[in-house]
Amino acid sequence: MWIFLATEILFFGGMFTAYVVYRSLHLPSFILGSHELLVKFGAMNTGVLICSSLTMALAIRTAQTGGSKGTIIFWLLLTMALGAAFLAIKLRFEWYRDYVEGLIPGVSWLSGGTHTPGVQMFMCFYFFMTGLHALHMVVGLGILTVLVIMTARARFSPEYYAPLEISGLYWHFVDIVWIFLFPLLYLIGGRYPGS
Amino acid sequence: MIIDWLQPVSNALGVTIPFQPPAASSIAGDVDKLYLVLSGITAFFTVLIFSIILVFMIKYRRRKDDETPVSTHTPLIVELTWTIIPSLICAVLFVWSAALYVRNARPLASSTEIFVIGKQWMWHLQHPEGPREINELHVPVGVPIKLTMTSQDVIHDFYIPAFRVKKDVLPGRFTEIWFQATETGTYHLFCAQYCGTNHSEMIGWVYVMTPTDYASWLAGGEKAESLAQLGARLFSQYGCDNCHVPEGNGRAPSLVGVYGKPEKLQSGETRVVDESLIQQAILTPNSVHLPNYKPVMPTYQGQINADQMLDLIAYVKSLGSEERSGK
Amino acid sequence: MSTVTAELHDVPTEPAVNYLNASYGIKSWLLTLDHKRIGLLYLASITLMFIVGGVAATLMRLHLVEPQGALFEPETYNKMFSTHGIIMVFFFLVPSIPATLGNFLIPLMIGARDVAFPKLNLMSWYIFITGAALALYGTISGGVDTGWTFYPPYSSLYSQTHVVVVALGIFIAGFSSILTGLNFLVTIHKMRCPGMTWFRLPLFIWALYATSLIFVLGTPVIAITIFLLALERLLHVGIFDPAIGGDPLLFQHLFWFYSHPAVYIMILPGMGVISELVTAFSRKKIFGYSFVAFSSLSIAVISFIVWGHHMFVTGQSIYAGLVFSVLSFLVAIPSAVKVFNWTATLYRGSISYQAPMLYALGFVGLFTIGGLTGLFLASLATDVHLNGTYFIVAHFHYIMVGGAVMAYLGGIHFWWPKISGRMYPDMWARISAAIVFLGFNLTFFPQFMLGYLGMPRRYAVYPAEFQVLNVLSSAGASILGVGYVIPLVYLAWSMRYGPVAGPNPWKAKGLEWTIPSPPPTENFEEIPIVTEDAYNYPAIEAPDYPEVPGVARV
Repeated sequence: MWIFLATEILFFGGMFTAYVVYRSLHLPSFILGSHELLVKFGAMNTGVLICSSLTMALAIRTAQTGGSKGTIIFWLLLTMALGAAFLAIKLRFEWYRDYVEGLIPGVSWLSGGTHTPGVQMFMCFYFFMTGLHALHMVVGLGILTVLVIMTARARFSPEYYAPLEISGLYWHFVDIVWIFLFPLLYLIGGRYPGS
Repeated sequence: MIIDWLQPVSNALGVTIPFQPPAASSIAGDVDKLYLVLSGITAFFTVLIFSIILVFMIKYRRRKDDETPVSTHTPLIVELTWTIIPSLICAVLFVWSAALYVRNARPLASSTEIFVIGKQWMWHLQHPEGPREINELHVPVGVPIKLTMTSQDVIHDFYIPAFRVKKDVLPGRFTEIWFQATETGTYHLFCAQYCGTNHSEMIGWVYVMTPTDYASWLAGGEKAESLAQLGARLFSQYGCDNCHVPEGNGRAPSLVGVYGKPEKLQSGETRVVDESLIQQAILTPNSVHLPNYKPVMPTYQGQINADQMLDLIAYVKSLGSEERSGK
Repeated sequence: MSTVTAELHDVPTEPAVNYLNASYGIKSWLLTLDHKRIGLLYLASITLMFIVGGVAATLMRLHLVEPQGALFEPETYNKMFSTHGIIMVFFFLVPSIPATLGNFLIPLMIGARDVAFPKLNLMSWYIFITGAALALYGTISGGVDTGWTFYPPYSSLYSQTHVVVVALGIFIAGFSSILTGLNFLVTIHKMRCPGMTWFRLPLFIWALYATSLIFVLGTPVIAITIFLLALERLLHVGIFDPAIGGDPLLFQHLFWFYSHPAVYIMILPGMGVISELVTAFSRKKIFGYSFVAFSSLSIAVISFIVWGHHMFVTGQSIYAGLVFSVLSFLVAIPSAVKVFNWTATLYRGSISYQAPMLYALGFVGLFTIGGLTGLFLASLATDVHLNGTYFIVAHFHYIMVGGAVMAYLGGIHFWWPKISGRMYPDMWARISAAIVFLGFNLTFFPQFMLGYLGMPRRYAVYPAEFQVLNVLSSAGASILGVGYVIPLVYLAWSMRYGPVAGPNPWKAKGLEWTIPSPPPTENFEEIPIVTEDAYNYPAIEAPDYPEVPGVARV
C-alpha cells in the first residue's frame, strides 16, 4: 500500500505541479477565482474529513485491541457517513451552486464580469483537483463497504486486521490530499473585506 | 577530411549521397567541429568494443563442452578507470558544447531584426522595412540577423540546417534566434516540429545575398510601409492613443521608451517589457496591469491578428528609441 | 563451435505434469493465477501489438522510398507514424521484457512459488489488454495523427482525430505497469528464498527492480498528463491553451517527466537480460557484479532528472538547458560502465555462439553506438542542429530496436527451453539473428546521416536530395522485417516438434535452471536454500594471478 500511495503522490503531484506553475504565472486571476469559492463549506468539509480519519483510526484500534465486531462496524459506518457527508456538502452546496452560477468550464461556463479567462483556468483546476479527489473518496467508500462486510463475517482479529490497516492508510492519504487542496484552492490571497 | 574521401566513393557507386549539409553561417564551422569530434569518439569506442569482442570471441571460444575457464578478478582500479575516463570525456564535451551554445544563444545587439510568424502550414516573414515574404527569407551576407518568432496556432519549429540554427515557435510567446550568414546561396528552410497534416510541406528557402543585391531586393517590389508605420496607424485605429498618450495621463501609462525596461506589476512581480509582455498586455491586459492604474483596459483578443500584433509591437518598440520610423 | 549436446547417459525428458498441462481449457488460462501462465498471456498480447506496430513501420518505410511519398496522403502517413510510435512504445516496449520474461522468471530466479500478489498480476494483464483494445479500436476507427508525443495545442485544439480514445487506452495500460511494478518490488523484497541475499541475486532481478521503481514513480505522471489533455479536449477548456493563460510547454514538461524515465523502463530490463546471457554463454562470473547492480539503480534515479533534454530548442532558459545537459551526460556513464563490464566478462571465458549469445553481442555493439549518439544530443550546441531530425530517430531506434528488441529476442531464445520445454532449431535462430543485425544497421545508419543533413522527422514528403539514403533505409527495413518473422515461425514449430530440452540445456547457473522444463505449477518441490553467489561457474584459479590484498574480488 505504501508503494501504491507513492504512485498516488506522483499522480496528484503532476496536477499540483501544473497548478503551482499556473498560479505563479497568473496570481491575480487565481485570487479572483479563489474568491468565487465558499470557504465555509471548504472548512466544514475539512473538519468532516479529519473526523472521518479519526473514526477510521478508532475502527482499526478496536480491531487491534480485540473489540467486538459490532464496534468496529460502528466506527467504519461512521467513517463512511462522514465521507458521504463530505461528498454531499460538495455536491449540493458547492458544485450545484457553481453550476447555477456558470462557473463550471466546459459544462456551464458564463463569461463576463469576474468570469475572466484566467478565472476559467483557475476553475478548471478547482474542478479537476477536487473532482479527482472526490473520485478517490468514492473508491474509498467502496473499500469501506467491503471492510464492513468482511468484519460482519468475523474475518478480523487482533492477530489479523491488515486489510483494515491498509485501507486506513488509503483513507488517511485521501484526507491528507484534501488538507493540501483546501488552502491551495480556497485560501489564496486572503479575503478583502467588502471586495 | 574523412568526408572528403567518402564523396568519391559514393560517386563511384553511381549515386549521390550527400554527407554534410552546406556550412553557411558563422557558427556552422564550430558546430561541425564538435560534431566531428563526437563522431570520432563514437567511432573510436565502437571500434574498440567491437574489436575487443571479436578478439575475445575468437580467442576464448569454447573448444570442449566441459572445459573450465580460468577465473578472473575485478580489480577496483579497472572499474574506476572506465568510470572516470568516460566521465572526463563527458565533462570536456559538456563544457565545450555549453560554451558554444551560450555564445550562440544571445543575439548581438546590433542585429537586424526580422519577424517570423509560423502558422499551419506556412512561414510568414516580415522585414522591419516593410517587405513581407511567405516561405522565403532574403538576408544579406555577413550581417547578424535576429529572428523574433511566434506562432499563430500550434507549435512549429524554424530550422535552417545550413546555418545550424533551430528554435520552436510557440503560440502566445516570442522566441528568438540569431545567425550571421557567411556564404551567399540558397538554403533549405524546414519546419522541424510536427504541426499537423502538412507539416512536411511547411518548407521554404533562405536566400543569402550580397549587401548590394539585398538592398536592391529590399527597395524593389511594391513600396511597403515599415512595420512601425503600420503599427502607428493601428494604434490610432484601435483607439489605443485615447489612453496611452505620450505625456501619460491618469488612465494609462505612457509607452514612450517603455520597451526593454523593467516594470513592476500589480501582482508584485517585475518583468522586462519585451514582445511577449506587449502581446500579453494587448490580449489579456488584466494579467499585467500596473499599480496605480485601474484595470480598465479592454482586451483585444480576437480582434487583432498575428500580423497586426507584430505591427503594433514594432510601433511600441519604436517609441522613444533613436530610430523613429514614420509618424 | 560447439553445439548443445545432451549428456549421453541422460536423454532429457519432459515432466509429465507441468504448468502448461496442469489444467486445460480456456478458463484455466484466462483465470490463472500462475505467474508463468500470465507471462505467456502477456507474450501473446505483446506479440500481437508488435505485429501491428511493425506493419505500420513497414508501410511507412515503403511510403518513404519516394520523395513525394509512394503510398499515402500526408494525413494517412501522419496517422501511420503516430500509430507506430504509440503501439510500439506503450504497448510493446514498456511491457515487453518485464511483463513476459519478468513475470515468468522473477519467482523462479529468487526461489519463490509465485509473485507477491498473484491476483493483482492477473488483473494487470486484463487492464493491459483493455487499454490495448481501446487503443486498437481508436486506431482502426481512424487513428490519431498527433505523434506519440501528443503535443498541444495541436493535440488539444486542432487535431480532428480520435485522441481521447487512444489516450485513454494508454492511460488504462499505465495502471497495468504500475501494478506490475508494485508486484515486482514487493516480491523481490519479501519473497527471496533463504540464503538469497541482495548481492546474490541475478543481475536480471536488479535490473527489474530498478525498472519497477520507475514504473511506480513515473507512470502516474503520464497518467495525470493524459488525463489533463483528455479533459481539455472533451470540455474544450484550455489548460494548455495560451488564449486563457495556459502553457503548451507545461504539457511537454509533464509528458517528458514520465517519458524520459520510460525509455529507461524500456532498456534496463534488456540490460538485465544481457547480463544473464553474457555470463551463461561465456560460463563466467560477471565482471564487476556490484558495479553493474548499482549502475542499474543509478540509471533509474538519474533518469528522473534529465527530461529537459527533449526541450532544448523550445525556448526554455539557457540555465535550464545547461543543467539538463550536464545531467544527461551523467546518465550515460553507468551505461558505459555496463558495456565495459559485459565485454570484460568475455575475457578468459568459454564462449559459445548460440543464438541468444549472438543477440547479446549484437546488443552490446548496437547499444554502444546508440548510447554514444546520445552524447550528440546531450550536447547543447549539436542538439540544436539535430533535434527534430532523423538523427533522433536513428538514435532512439539504435537503443530501442538494436538494444531492447534484440535483448528481448535473446531472452526469449535463452529461456524458451524453460518456458516451452523444447529447443528451437539453433541454425535458423542464428540466421535470423544475423539477418536482424544486418537489416537493422542498413535501416538506421543512413538515418544518422539524414539527420545531420537536416531532414526533419515526421515528414511525409521530403526534398529529392535525401532519396538515396531513404531508399537504403527502406531496403534495410524489409530485411529487418524478414528477420523478425522467421523466429515466429520456428518458435511456434518448436512447441510441437522441437526436441525436448531438459532442465538445463545451456548448462547455465541460476535457480530457474535447477527445475524441470517446463516447470511445475508450484515451481519448486522444496524451496531452495542458496549458498553461493550468482553466476558461480566453476573456474580454475589462475596460477599467474597474485594475491593482492585490497584488490576487489568478484
